[in-house]
Amino acid sequence: MELVCPAGNFPSVKAAIDNGADAVYLGLNNKTNARFFAGLNFSDYTIEKAVSYVRDHGRKVFIAINTFPQADTWRQWQAAVDTGAALEADALIIADVGVLRYAAERYPQLPRHLSVQASATNLESLQFYHSQFGIKRAVLPRVLSLKQVERLAAKAPVELEVFGFGSLCIMAEGRCYLSSYVTGDSPNNCGVCSPAHAVRWEEKDTALETRLNGVLIDRFASGEAAGYPTLCKGRFQVGDQVLHALEEPTSLNALDLLPQLNAIGVSAIKIEGRQRSPAYVAKVTDVWRQAIDLLQNGEQQYQAQPRWHRVLAGLAEGSQTTLGAYSRSWQ
Amino acid sequence: MMKISLAAVQYFWDRATLMAFYAQAAEMPLDIIYLGETVCSKRRALSVADWLALAQDLASTGKEVVLSTLTLIEAESELSLARTLLEKFDGMIEANDYAVLRMAQQLQRPVCAGSTLNVYHPLTLQTLQECGVQRWVAPVEMSGASLHDLLQQYALETELSPPQTEVLSYGRLPLAHSARCYTARYANLPKDQCEFRCADYPEGLPLFSQELQGLFQINGIQTQSFARCNLIPHWQQLQQLGVDVMRISASTPDCLGVVQVLRDLIDGQSGRIPAASSEDCNGYWFGVAGMKHVSLI
Repeated sequence: MELVCPAGNFPSVKAAIDNGADAVYLGLNNKTNARFFAGLNFSDYTIEKAVSYVRDHGRKVFIAINTFPQADTWRQWQAAVDTGAALEADALIIADVGVLRYAAERYPQLPRHLSVQASATNLESLQFYHSQFGIKRAVLPRVLSLKQVERLAAKAPVELEVFGFGSLCIMAEGRCYLSSYVTGDSPNNCGVCSPAHAVRWEEKDTALETRLNGVLIDRFASGEAAGYPTLCKGRFQVGDQVLHALEEPTSLNALDLLPQLNAIGVSAIKIEGRQRSPAYVAKVTDVWRQAIDLLQNGEQQYQAQPRWHRVLAGLAEGSQTTLGAYSRSWQ
Repeated sequence: MMKISLAAVQYFWDRATLMAFYAQAAEMPLDIIYLGETVCSKRRALSVADWLALAQDLASTGKEVVLSTLTLIEAESELSLARTLLEKFDGMIEANDYAVLRMAQQLQRPVCAGSTLNVYHPLTLQTLQECGVQRWVAPVEMSGASLHDLLQQYALETELSPPQTEVLSYGRLPLAHSARCYTARYANLPKDQCEFRCADYPEGLPLFSQELQGLFQINGIQTQSFARCNLIPHWQQLQQLGVDVMRISASTPDCLGVVQVLRDLIDGQSGRIPAASSEDCNGYWFGVAGMKHVSLI
C-alpha cells in the first residue's frame, strides 16, 4: 500500500520524502492544479529540483493537472502535460476528459491517474475512463462509504487511491460550484475554493466575523476558534436555527480504517494538504508511515495508537476529525 | 429556432403533484421535457413503469421526451436503475454521470451530456460527441464568453457539426451533490432513516447567512442556489451564440407561466421582457459570481 503525500513547495517535498512517503504529488504554479494559492506550487525550475530529490531517494512523483481548461486557456494545460512528460513523472493526475485524451494520445507510455476532481464514484464510470484513456489508477471522491469502496475495489479495472487524512470536501469533488457561486472563482477553472482575495476577517465588538466576497460565513464569540470561511463549513440560518447546516470545521481521518482499506485491496492512501506547511507534511507523513509499516510488518495486530490520533487531531481543521462518508452514520 | 426544454423536477413531489405538473406541461409550448429522478435514488414517487408511461403520454402530445438519470451514482442498484431505463426507453437519455454515458455508448443509444459532466472546452466536447453525445448542457458556472469561445473553436477545429447546446436559463442552479443528506441532517436524522423529510419542502429548504442573506436551497443531498438564474432577458444573445435549447427548471409546481413568456419572446409575439425579480441571478453568464445580478441597462 502506497503512501501518497502532498507538497506545495520544496521543503514539503523534503518533509514528505524524509518522513517516508512512497510518492509525492505536486502542481505547477498556475491554474492547472486544484491548489492554486499565492506562493505555492512549482515553477519549471523548482519542479526539476523537486523531481531530482524524489528520484535520488527512489520514490515516485505525481504531477496534478486536475482542473478544467476552457477554450482560451487550453494551451496552459497542454503545456503542463508536456512538462510532466519531459520530467518523466511517474504519473499525471488528470480530471478533464480533453486533457486525458491529449495525454493518452501524445504520451501513451506516461501513466495517467484519474483525479478525484473527475468524480468517478462507480464501476461504470471507472470503466469509461479506463477504456477511453487507459487510466492506471483512480482517486476516489470522499462521498463513498467503506462498504461501497469495498464493492468497487472488488471489480475495479484500475488501482484505487483513497483519502486517508486532511481537509474534508463533503461534496462530490469537481461538481461543487458553491465557491464560484459566491466569489466567481471556481475550483474547476481557477484551482481555488474560497479564494484568499475574497476572504475578510472582521473584528467586531463582541465577535470575529468571517466573510467571503462580502457574505457572512460565520461569527465567532471571543475565545472561540475561528475557521477559514469555507462555504460548506459556515454557520447559517435554516428555519429558526443557526447551525453548521452542511458540515462543521473538521478533517477526515481514516487511520482506524487502515486494515480494512488494505484488506479490500486499496492500492494507495492519499494525504490532503498541498496548501499546508512542511511541518504538517512531516508530521502527517510520519504518523501514516508508522501506521502502514505496523500493518504491513504483521508482527502484531494493527491498532492505531492514541499518540497518532493526538498528532493528527492537532493538525485537523477545528482540531476535530471524522470518518466522513466512509461511515454511513456521517451521511 | 430556439427550443425550450423543461428540466427534470429537482424536488421530491408526490405522485399527484407530479402528474398534475406534467399535465400542465403537456399544454405548454415546450419542445423538450426531461423526466426522472436526478437527485436521490430513495425518492420513488413514480416507478420506472410510471415514468415510461408518462414519457409515452407526453410524446404523444408532440413533445420530445428525454429520460434523465442520477447525478451522484454510488450503489450498484443505482447503476442497475439507469441500465433499466436505457433498455426500456427508446428515446434519448440524459447522463449526469459518466457511468450513464458509458452504458449508453455500449448500447449505442442517443445521449445528452448533463451539466455535471463538466464540458468546458472543445476537445472534451468532441470526445463526448464521438462517444454518442447528441446534446450537451453547459456547466452551470460557464460564462457566455467562454461558451462563445468553445463553440467558435469547435467550428474551426473539427469537421463535425457540434452536438446541440443547451443552457440552464431559468430556475435554481444545482450547485453541489454530497453523500450526506442535508435535509435529514436538519431534521437530526441519519440519511438511512430520513423519513423522506424532503417531501416536507417541495421548493427546498432555504439557507440564509446570519444576516439573513439568502444563499442556498437545501434539497436532500443537493445544494441549489437560493436565487433563480434568469437568462430570459438575454435569449437573443444565447441564440446568436449558437445555443439551441434554453432550459427551464421548475422551482414550484405552478411556475410554468414562464414558458409562455419565453415562447412569446422567441416567436416575436411580445417584445416586453418581464422585469427581473430581486431573487434573480445571472452572474455566471456574465463571468462574475453566480449569485450576482448583472443589469445591462
